[in-house]
Amino acid sequence: MDKEKREFYERLEKKGVSRRDFMKYCTFLTASMGLSSSFVPKVADVFAAPSQRPPVVWLHFAECTGCSEAILRSMYPFIDQLVLEILSVEYHETIMAAAGHQAEEALHAAVKKYEGKFICVVEGGIATKFNGGYGKVAGRTFLEIAKDIVPKAAATIALGTCAAYGGVQAAKPNPGGYKGVGAALGIKTLNIPGCPPNPINFVGTVVNYLLLGKLPALDDLGRPLFAYGKTIHDQCPRRSHFENDEFVEEFGSEEAALGYCLYKLGCRGPETYNNCPIVKFNDGTSWPIEAGHPCIGCSEPDFWDTMSPFYEEM
Amino acid sequence: MRAVENAVGVKIPKNARLIRNLLHGAQFQHDHIVHFYHLHALDWVDIVSALKADPKATAALSDNVSNAPWGGANYFRNVQQRLQTFVDSGQLGPFTNAYWGHPAYVLPPEANLMAAAHYIEALRLQARAARMHAIFGAKNPHLQSLVVGGVTSVKDLTPDRIAEFLYITKETQSFIENVYIPDLLAVASFYKDWGAIGGCKNFMAWGEFPMNDNEPESLFMPRGFIMNRNLGGMKMAAQDKVTEHVSRAWYQEGAPQHPYTGETKPLQEDPKYRSGGGKYSWFKAPRYEGEPCEVGPLARVLVAYGAGKKEIQTLVDSTLQKLGVPVQALFSTLGRTAARGLETVAIGQAMPGWVMELVENLKAGDTKTYEPWEMPDSGRGVGLNDVPRGSLGHWIEIENKKIKNYQYVVPSTWNLGPRDEKGKLGPVEEALIGTPIADPARPLEVLRTVHSFDPCVACGVHVIDPESNQVYDVKVL
Repeated sequence: MDKEKREFYERLEKKGVSRRDFMKYCTFLTASMGLSSSFVPKVADVFAAPSQRPPVVWLHFAECTGCSEAILRSMYPFIDQLVLEILSVEYHETIMAAAGHQAEEALHAAVKKYEGKFICVVEGGIATKFNGGYGKVAGRTFLEIAKDIVPKAAATIALGTCAAYGGVQAAKPNPGGYKGVGAALGIKTLNIPGCPPNPINFVGTVVNYLLLGKLPALDDLGRPLFAYGKTIHDQCPRRSHFENDEFVEEFGSEEAALGYCLYKLGCRGPETYNNCPIVKFNDGTSWPIEAGHPCIGCSEPDFWDTMSPFYEEM
Repeated sequence: MRAVENAVGVKIPKNARLIRNLLHGAQFQHDHIVHFYHLHALDWVDIVSALKADPKATAALSDNVSNAPWGGANYFRNVQQRLQTFVDSGQLGPFTNAYWGHPAYVLPPEANLMAAAHYIEALRLQARAARMHAIFGAKNPHLQSLVVGGVTSVKDLTPDRIAEFLYITKETQSFIENVYIPDLLAVASFYKDWGAIGGCKNFMAWGEFPMNDNEPESLFMPRGFIMNRNLGGMKMAAQDKVTEHVSRAWYQEGAPQHPYTGETKPLQEDPKYRSGGGKYSWFKAPRYEGEPCEVGPLARVLVAYGAGKKEIQTLVDSTLQKLGVPVQALFSTLGRTAARGLETVAIGQAMPGWVMELVENLKAGDTKTYEPWEMPDSGRGVGLNDVPRGSLGHWIEIENKKIKNYQYVVPSTWNLGPRDEKGKLGPVEEALIGTPIADPARPLEVLRTVHSFDPCVACGVHVIDPESNQVYDVKVL
């Protein structure tokens, strides 16, 4: 084992994470990306010793920063490893120390230095009405910024439902003419939708890129198939209750306590493509249906309009 | 949700109240740690200076001021080495082009290294603390177990889930009391001059954490308002005293409105910053009895202090004493940042008791988590509470079983709202007046005050050099 790798495992152990735990995580991540187990050591290598940390430019448009918050909850790798040892986050308004002109300078310097080489992560929708006037950073519209920076990236990841499809601000009547990045720029983007998306799907996409030098296979909505290939319904641990006509009809009922199917309370699991039931959230702690709440379809396009009213049967 | 519950007239069961309080208490524990270390600390802590620290002296400093579970010269040497490797890589990432070496940074290298180490530890701790939300709330961020009438996480009221929650809240609280607060005091002791900078006059809190069905009487963090810094004159706050003003905001003109009759009609144009008497903000200007009010941790702590809440009074008095600063120092940037830490201590200390109340209630056979309700043909309701950033109010009017009007006034609207038609400044505007600026081209000091409010948005501050009249625009993120 070379020095960098050894030091990496030593650091992990100091944090109470054994090499075995770490390999387990890599196995899990490899499997969730749909890669064979022969890739596990390579996935581990990506975390242990990147030769040069790939530069990331993270743009915030119309959003709530919940997607960034979700990435902060990443475990194995923890966010400090993502930021200090795996990626080079050149621009991210929430976590960077600089502000104002200094932040702007950092953005432009990074884009110039790494043109054609950086990963652009976009969080948030883009206003298009009134020349994009409803959304600006430093006097420039989101639309101008996206048109300037996105074409210079090696790859662009639209992270979260807002960047992928417009999100809540694009819901009717959509006063600012908000759109997802792809629709606003007329390009195809890699979309990791969800409100928020699961950080493991972001990490999986990035690892895929670092490992294989290309983005993962996508469906026709630009979503990585390893995460969005099946419906919630098809992977739901409550599926047998659906098949047996065992439904919850009121929250707090006996049927709710028995963990019956939430279809009649408006669950959108049958129409929603995501891997929530498999990977769950916050280190596998839970996910909406496990917490007794119907899926609201938050990773589907225009879900605010198409999936609501949320508590009515489809 | 509280607004709808108020409108339809449903009272949630005891278990639902307790679970909501626990989820919300976890939010305070989590968010305030993240704010202090990851959104505010670098305004005070010079990361690059940490590279010059002596790890042994840092270990001694850490032993002296903190009860952190990590320490010793080796630990700090490793952290320093990790930072050095990072800097040597030439890829500074989020630390690029910041204010390192700025004359307003006054901590010695050892204090900077200690804080940098805890910045990294806190990054991990917050990811674990967020699991509290997942236990009873499905996920974090954006919980999904809260519904009108109660909570849905009925299957999670099991001994293992409850025990896990209790373990994490205690683990998080241990960090708060043994690391966060000592770091806060250590940093504050070098920046006591900030106890006279960045203060506001008026404060308002809706309060939070109902201890029984009686609101606002039973709120753990009380409801009230304080005008002109008169702590002794704290009064109960009432929702009907709120108005929102749009004369300087990018909305169609209209008289000030109470939220029940409020309108949100954005200008149908590309809105431009207009100086002089023009419009310059997406925020409306909320007012309480016509006055701007600061909301958030400082407002809550001052209201609790004024209400005679013992836990808060003891924490505040002992902190003022430790720092050797007068009570007036509360009305400042330093006071705001300190209040955030102190209320986290008080809330986190109460949480294990709330967990045990839930356990006792379940043991007594009450497993109810939801109260059924019917949507009325018409009605209106208000939901008031305090979230980590400050006072939050939702107002709903229902007609034909549908939403006729829905308005909310959120913490950052209170704090970052613009002037009103009388020219009264919003709280952050007021707080920035008189801020000393060493270098107008790099106004780090402005960030300290703006960040101390924990704004949920990016905003622009325009700095004018009184000598050269040169205008500098600062975007605060």
